[in-house]
Amino acid sequence: MARRTMIGVFSREEDILTATDAARRDGLTILDVYTPYAVHGLDQAMALQPSRLPWVCFLLGLLGAVLKVWFEYWTTAVSWPINVGGKPWNSLPAFVPVTFEVMVLFAGVSTVFAFLLVAKLRPWRKAAVIHPRVTDDRFVLLLEQTDASFDVGRVRRLLERHHAVEVEERDLQEVP
Amino acid sequence: MHEALMHPGREALIQGRSLSQVTEDICRPLDGRPTLLWWAGFLPALALLALGVAAVGYQIATGIGTWGLNRTIGWAFDITNFVFWIGIGHAGTLISAILFLFRQRWRTSVNRAAEAMTLFAVMCAGLFPIIHMGRPWLFFWIVPYPNTRGSLWINFRSPLVWDFFAIGTYFTISAVFWYVGLIPDLATARDRTKPGLRRRIYEIFSLGWNGSYRTWRRYEIVYLLLAGLATPLVVSVHTIVSWDFATSVIPGWHATIFPPYFVAGAIFSGMAMVLTLMLVARSTMGLQAYITERHVDVMCKLIILTSGIVGLAYATEFFTALYSANQYEQFVFKNRALGPMAWAYWTMVSCNVITPQFFWFKAVRRRFGLVFVLTLFVNVGMWFERFVIVVSSLHRDYLPSSWSSYSPTSIEVATLLGSLGLFFTAFLLFCRFVPVIAIAEVKGVIGTPAAAPAHAAEVRTGQTPALAGMEA
Repeated sequence: MARRTMIGVFSREEDILTATDAARRDGLTILDVYTPYAVHGLDQAMALQPSRLPWVCFLLGLLGAVLKVWFEYWTTAVSWPINVGGKPWNSLPAFVPVTFEVMVLFAGVSTVFAFLLVAKLRPWRKAAVIHPRVTDDRFVLLLEQTDASFDVGRVRRLLERHHAVEVEERDLQEVP
Repeated sequence: MHEALMHPGREALIQGRSLSQVTEDICRPLDGRPTLLWWAGFLPALALLALGVAAVGYQIATGIGTWGLNRTIGWAFDITNFVFWIGIGHAGTLISAILFLFRQRWRTSVNRAAEAMTLFAVMCAGLFPIIHMGRPWLFFWIVPYPNTRGSLWINFRSPLVWDFFAIGTYFTISAVFWYVGLIPDLATARDRTKPGLRRRIYEIFSLGWNGSYRTWRRYEIVYLLLAGLATPLVVSVHTIVSWDFATSVIPGWHATIFPPYFVAGAIFSGMAMVLTLMLVARSTMGLQAYITERHVDVMCKLIILTSGIVGLAYATEFFTALYSANQYEQFVFKNRALGPMAWAYWTMVSCNVITPQFFWFKAVRRRFGLVFVLTLFVNVGMWFERFVIVVSSLHRDYLPSSWSSYSPTSIEVATLLGSLGLFFTAFLLFCRFVPVIAIAEVKGVIGTPAAAPAHAAEVRTGQTPALAGMEA
């Protein structure tokens, strides 16, 4: 189902910040904001929840480390114990370096995959670019016209008060 | 004034550029034909690479008798080159991860190229242990996989195995870090490229990035996490490389100072290589507005600092040998400075400890030609440091009857030149096809011009508008 939206295009970072903040406080539904770089402070302006990606990093890193310690123990003490310089089968201190490396590998790679998954980034995905200059120098606020109470004229004035350079209504099949 | 209040971290590093100018400046060199200067660098690099390929092919086909090694000196050129290249890589991670964590925003202009340098340097480094195996087609034996020999597992107590895991992880994480940082910039390049093959390629690799802030926010978290992981990783990698030496019982190798000494040396050599490449990229790609006097100045100062640490390590090694009352340890160091390989030792000291002292003078730091030459000296000096550690420690060990000497064969020299060829070929291709400067990060640093005074009244001074909204 197509969604009726309203798009405000801005040319300055502080305008997108104030406009987003004002839109949220006005009770409007902010579908997303599109920016050419990570504008700091927009997360507060959009009232976004903290990301859970650090948990993925921590848990998968821990999993990698545990698996590696187990594997090193199993190969050197269980599967085929070999006497190396009279050291104990289970030479835990000698396992530390490889365990650390595998932990970092698991944590880093899994965090990136989790990120690509939740952000729906993948090769051959057609980029839904909301405005041709959004990866160059334009900041775009995407608002949803939720119901009849959405006053197009008032919202347009709100966006223009914050120096929107373009305001446009558009039907979107899906939110990019 | 107002801008300064809103973004206290934003200093005038890159002045007078609008966002679209930044896009244009950095993407334009990717559109047209390569410059003559680029070809002048690329063709010799490619020739060196071809020489290296021929040398490696020949030594693999013929056998390890093509090297100058003997039973006393079992490690020489290959391992020297390996440690040298791994060290070069470390400064890339220092700039991209450690300086990121310290919020050193000047790094934005150089981090992309520094990370690329890391990748290519680790590629070069990884080749040498494989070549050194003598039977490189059995390389996969170092991977712990179930096999028909028992399964006979690898020895997890061996530093050489640790090294394999360290290099493998380092390469993977560096590549991932570099690529993640590249996604938004590939999208920028995609959106300004006309439909065609190039655009198709950008479309595939930019993964459908559309600038959504929800994605940006996750991206920043991922970037921070990767930086946090890469920082201890980079320290661990060269520490483990140093353990290849330190866990043996060769005097001159068996030293507890090795891990910090190697890490400091790695960052020192890498800084010099970054600066060398930056000065090249600056003039060949016309990036004078982005790689400014201040960048060169800061990097020169970092070179002085790391040179000091390296110099201190050299002195400490001698003191430890003197203080140890161990005749073998004392002999190795006396032999290093005064023996038949003294020329290598003094080349190392003069390049690594003496030449960087010129960077104390502002007049030197301002003359980029001079800076370029001095960084070349440091690169050479750091190569010799590894040569001194590897060869001069081995050539005269406990038994005088087994003393020996070493000189590289033409095949070994050709392999080293080939790795330089690989490095510069890869770097120049990178300059040609990928935005050399992190466009989105530079934009984040310069921001957009502040509102005109007439509008300024609407924004509460001293606070970001978003924060102002949060107090309600």
